[in-house]
Amino acid sequence: METSQPVSAPLGVPQPKPTRRVQLPDWMNSILRNRKASVGIIILTFFVLVSLFAGQLTSINPTRRVGRPHEAPSAEHILGTTRDGKDVFSQVVYGGRTTLFVGFLTGTIIIAISIVMGLTAGYMGGWVDEFLSMLTNVFLILPGIPLVIVVAGWLDRPGPATVMIVLGAISWAWGARVLRSQTLTLRNSEFVAAARVVGEPTWRIILFEILPNMVSLVVSSWIGAVQYATLALVTLEFIGLGDVNIVTWGTILFWAQNNQALLTGAWWTFIPPGICIAAIGLSLTLINYGIDEITNPRLQRS
Amino acid sequence: MRFLARRLVFYLVALLVAIVLNFLIPRLMVGDPVQLIIARFQGRIEPSAVDAIKATFGFVQGPLHEQFFTYLSNLLQGNFGPSVMNYPVQVSQVLGASIGWTLRLVGTATILSFLIGTLLGIVAAWRRGSFVDGYVLPFLSVLGAFPYFWFALMVVYVFAFNLRWFPMSHASDISLRPDWTSWPYVSSVIEHAVLPLMTILITSVGGWMLGMRNNMIGVLSQDYIVMAQAKGLAERRVMLTYAARNAILPALTGFAMSLGFVIGGALVIEIVFSYPGVGFTLLQAVGARDYPLMQAIFLLITLAVLVANFLADVAYVLLDPRAR
Repeated sequence: METSQPVSAPLGVPQPKPTRRVQLPDWMNSILRNRKASVGIIILTFFVLVSLFAGQLTSINPTRRVGRPHEAPSAEHILGTTRDGKDVFSQVVYGGRTTLFVGFLTGTIIIAISIVMGLTAGYMGGWVDEFLSMLTNVFLILPGIPLVIVVAGWLDRPGPATVMIVLGAISWAWGARVLRSQTLTLRNSEFVAAARVVGEPTWRIILFEILPNMVSLVVSSWIGAVQYATLALVTLEFIGLGDVNIVTWGTILFWAQNNQALLTGAWWTFIPPGICIAAIGLSLTLINYGIDEITNPRLQRS
Repeated sequence: MRFLARRLVFYLVALLVAIVLNFLIPRLMVGDPVQLIIARFQGRIEPSAVDAIKATFGFVQGPLHEQFFTYLSNLLQGNFGPSVMNYPVQVSQVLGASIGWTLRLVGTATILSFLIGTLLGIVAAWRRGSFVDGYVLPFLSVLGAFPYFWFALMVVYVFAFNLRWFPMSHASDISLRPDWTSWPYVSSVIEHAVLPLMTILITSVGGWMLGMRNNMIGVLSQDYIVMAQAKGLAERRVMLTYAARNAILPALTGFAMSLGFVIGGALVIEIVFSYPGVGFTLLQAVGARDYPLMQAIFLLITLAVLVANFLADVAYVLLDPRAR
């Protein structure tokens, strides 16, 4: 036992500082070396930090009336006020927190269903695959946003949790198809055959043998799902489906549109949230391009 | 032929799933959907019409499968019942009035977007690293990251509010009587269509351009392109009839598919501009809890997507001999 431990220097003797820098895992290194991915990560990190330190960035409650209606940006309200005299900067900061959180959560729900569907179909084969692939293709072709709108119509102003679940339940098909085809190629590899010979149960083979070998594909599908979910949620909030009293980037735009911000020229109520949404979309796209370039050598520039 | 038959079966299954969803969703909700629908009419309706509406949703006495067949046979007869918000006008009439606006606006936009995007993509691939490839393409891709309804807001703000070049909303001047033979009416329709058309173009051209560029680059590395150039053929000829002609195949099927999104793809744009098409009508229907209209629009949008996808399959088989 003791011999395997590194010999420690006696107390009091000054130790040479370890010169080696913190060793990052390989994949992290290659992502940070990729320009597109790093720009995307920087933008995303910025918004995550803003969300985390929302309370430190602004002391104004985003739902309280703090000024006159549609005040232009000033030192007091750096992005002006809404029609109800609420502070736009604080709404954008706190709204970003909700939008990011709900978007990531919904994206995660989507990819979780995609993994279950795609890996089961790809690994099991036979009639299970036939059936799940058929289901995948059907959900791929059904128009998603109109379907969510109709469901939301029946639900009569659904809360965020309901919208997330509905969106997850109908948006998994794209990821499932991508993951299924990757599973098909992995299924016939030697290490899976070995695991089968050893007698590992099927669920273990799928989760611990196959899944870890397609991490990059899962991550890029996940990022794609987050991006889709964020945009879809913002769109649904903008057209007034769901709870319009929660502050998000989508509902800020909903109120701007409903309170005739366009007709009064209150640009500060709709330009900032739009730019934020675009920045998030762009950062996720860049990260995915980066991952694509790293894992697909054909795209690397010589 | 076998390929097309298989696809056709698949689209029929997909349509059936959409119909079943439409049938099941109201039955999965808490509360009594029949009461919900009838409550919306607020006593403006005779008892006989109540039964008619119940029948269109399949809410008849009997087990679930009988209800479903009642629902299905009503659908097949095109009987969607009366619209709640426009009672006593039938849902089919409401759809008939709105679909024309959507087809004209979004149809034109889709065709223009495809043509412009494909041409730009050809140029970008042919002259890699040029202005079009190095600046126009990334610029359009960045535009694609913006939510497209937000673009609509910006376009309204700049061109309708600040510059006052174009009207802010609606499909025509409401003071004019709809008459397609009178020039003032037609010109007002065109005037009202410019901004929504521009919005759809700006946000969708980038996708076509990128797709065509990447296809072109794949084709350009083929031997027969080098051969054509070695023969000394004119550059334009190699670019258009040798490279682009082959690279456009996948884009054409994509185009056929995108025609399916004409009806459902620009919902939010119509909402921003209060453009009286299918999307705007759907939102109004949801707002008014007009369930008969809501479900009919969803089926219409789905049907359009399925038909367009089938057309894309047919186009693929006709155009690409390898698929036969």
